[in-house]
Amino acid sequence: MSQMNLLQAINSALDTAMKQDERVLCFGEDVGAFGGVFRATSHLQEKYGKHRCFNTPLTEQGIIGFANGLATQGQVPVAEIQFADYIFPAFDQIVNETAKYRYRSGNEFNVGSLTIRTPYGGGIHGGLYHSQSPEAYFTHTPGLKVVVPRNPEQAKGLLLASIRDDNPVLFFEPKKLYRAAVGEVPDEDYTLPLGQAEVLREGTDVTLVAWGAQVQAIEKAAELAAEAGISCEVIDLRTLLPWDHDTLATSLKKTGRLIINHEAPRTSGFGAELAASLQESCFLYLESPILRVTGWDTPFPLALEKEYFPNELRTLDAIKASVGY
Amino acid sequence: MSDLRNLDVELVHQPAFLDPVTSVIPTFRLLQQDGTLYPGAQAPDMSQELALKIHDTFLFIRALDERMLASQRQGRISFYMTQTGEEASDTCSAAALDAGDVIFAQYREQGALAFRGFSVDQFMNQIFSNHKDLGKGRQMPIHYGSRELNYVTISSPLGTQIPQATGYAFGFRQSQQKQCVICYFGEGAASEGDFHAGLNMAGVLKVPVIFFCRNNGYAISTPVHEQLAGDGVAGRGPGYGLKTLRVDGNDALAVYEATRLARQMAVEEHQPVLIESMTYRLGAHSSSDDPSGYRSRKEEDQWRDKDPVARFRNWLIKQGWWTDAQDQARQAEHRKAVADAMKRAEKLDSPPLEDLFSDVYDLLPWHLQQQQQQAREHILRHPQAYPATAPRLKAAGEGKA
Ligand SMILES: Cc1ncc(C[n+]2csc(CCOP(=O)(O)OP(=O)(O)O)c2C)c(N)n1
Ligand SMILES: [Mg+2]
Repeated sequence: MSQMNLLQAINSALDTAMKQDERVLCFGEDVGAFGGVFRATSHLQEKYGKHRCFNTPLTEQGIIGFANGLATQGQVPVAEIQFADYIFPAFDQIVNETAKYRYRSGNEFNVGSLTIRTPYGGGIHGGLYHSQSPEAYFTHTPGLKVVVPRNPEQAKGLLLASIRDDNPVLFFEPKKLYRAAVGEVPDEDYTLPLGQAEVLREGTDVTLVAWGAQVQAIEKAAELAAEAGISCEVIDLRTLLPWDHDTLATSLKKTGRLIINHEAPRTSGFGAELAASLQESCFLYLESPILRVTGWDTPFPLALEKEYFPNELRTLDAIKASVGY
Repeated sequence: MSDLRNLDVELVHQPAFLDPVTSVIPTFRLLQQDGTLYPGAQAPDMSQELALKIHDTFLFIRALDERMLASQRQGRISFYMTQTGEEASDTCSAAALDAGDVIFAQYREQGALAFRGFSVDQFMNQIFSNHKDLGKGRQMPIHYGSRELNYVTISSPLGTQIPQATGYAFGFRQSQQKQCVICYFGEGAASEGDFHAGLNMAGVLKVPVIFFCRNNGYAISTPVHEQLAGDGVAGRGPGYGLKTLRVDGNDALAVYEATRLARQMAVEEHQPVLIESMTYRLGAHSSSDDPSGYRSRKEEDQWRDKDPVARFRNWLIKQGWWTDAQDQARQAEHRKAVADAMKRAEKLDSPPLEDLFSDVYDLLPWHLQQQQQQAREHILRHPQAYPATAPRLKAAGEGKA
């Protein structure tokens, strides 16, 4: 065990994967000698050489197209997109190519070894283009897996699982927590299961679910609610696609109330999918409507970032509304 | 017949592959560092008034960049980007244009904007994201824009402005306006697909646009030789049917002359032009960056000796148009103006809550009206958590009651 922040845990996962399998290659803008603008790939070029960890030209569509080709050839690419806000030039390669390679070829070819890492989310004074949470564009795409860790220990285990999973994975890293989240991380090689949510706190009155950095918001809200005598069950979804219906349904059947929190805008956010599916399977158990606490339906602002954020207070308001329904 | 390819123009009977080209396009330079012209070089026809305006813009930008970087270090602003060492590229190219020509910039072109007349207060209001910012406090510092000055608001995603510039220029052509568009971008951004799309469309559609690449040696930490192969960015131009020139970006006179001629071709002949301006980013990429991890002090010092501002000042002094004493005095004036404007901008309120919801559409649809109402109620329930907006919402509520 070592104390690590989330970046160091990512770095440790990449190091572990590269050591164990020489087909693992890390590349992207500034990831080579410099180690990435956030330093997630620090020292990997030193350790494994320029042919395994390197800078690419500044072209996201190129990076992912290249990664698709590499994966088809049998290598294990871990491509970095410098900010999730800049993933869109690669949208065609991801949605039309990465996601559909296996299906369209009858599994003659696939890019299952590909992992795309990218920092996402707000809270760093990043404004419109250094703050977005674009996960729902990708959860709408059959063929992709979408994973979001909440802390260093989770990040290492989930990233190793993503690299080794035989499906292309989009791995969204909560950059607000890169240095802010510090915790004990096993030094050895380990994986955490994809497709499984984790119950972080048991409760009886309301279920709260979030992923990534917003897990902190619902944990804080659960604390505040406890002071008001409301018992919340807190769940980290961890994998958004395919998501863990059973864990959520079991919790919802117990509490009868559900609040979904995400940073991305409300309309067509992933919360909409969770709410729609869970009301189908748990309708008779519901005590109140499923609520979403999300970013507003606006681009991510700068000066009014605080006013935009679906923080613990907005979650608490929703908890009270749900219980008082 | 619409297949216009002429395949028989030159036939060979041996397979002669063309070699990739490196450094065959020459660099246009007029001024030496000491301010004298190269033998045989001719200064462009530049009035004293224009020359002094260019130099004054340089001095303003130096004062602005220096002060804002210091403010970032003091925690007064979250982010900043200097253009130290590159001032001649954008300022002198903008100086060669008509005020009605439109500028699509990347982000490191504050000189062009200042030259157009963006005031020190306008700079500060944007940087401090206050309610007087033309962009309503929504974007990070340095994402300027002004309709009045024909400077399209900066967008962080790289390269996106390049095909837009082509489209805007096509609009000029359609409406028969004798104007052109200039589009600035870095050599890093020139690797984006949008660069290739934008240049190709410009070449095919024949539009009045000048693509102006600031090749400053780096894209964050990535040096040019890891960014592109072949003969730089200029090497791309002829392949897309563009008139192409490489210019010394630290030579104010050469940049001015290159752009003046480019404008003529763009406006008179609808001939798109690519200019690659060779310069150096003397500062860090941004306030979040530390270049000591990827380049040497020695390299920086070599470029410091080629400072474009000093070179132009030397020329002005040799012309008898300017003196060192005037220079010192003007620098002090700019520093004071920047410091004073900063104090004013810092004191201004952030934008009101309504500006979180406005401009998503022309009008607020029902769901945004609803969300704005929810935000207002929530903030009033927890005023202590929202010091920027709660007091004003409260005051407005009481005013109404
Ligand atoms: C599409 C996209 N990808 C990545 C980034 C992150 N980024 C911001 S600036 C930059 C380097 C740009 O270099 P260059 O175009 O040479 O301009 P310079 O900074 O040198 O002026 C990068 C990678 C971005 N803003 N947009
Ligand atoms: Mg550059």
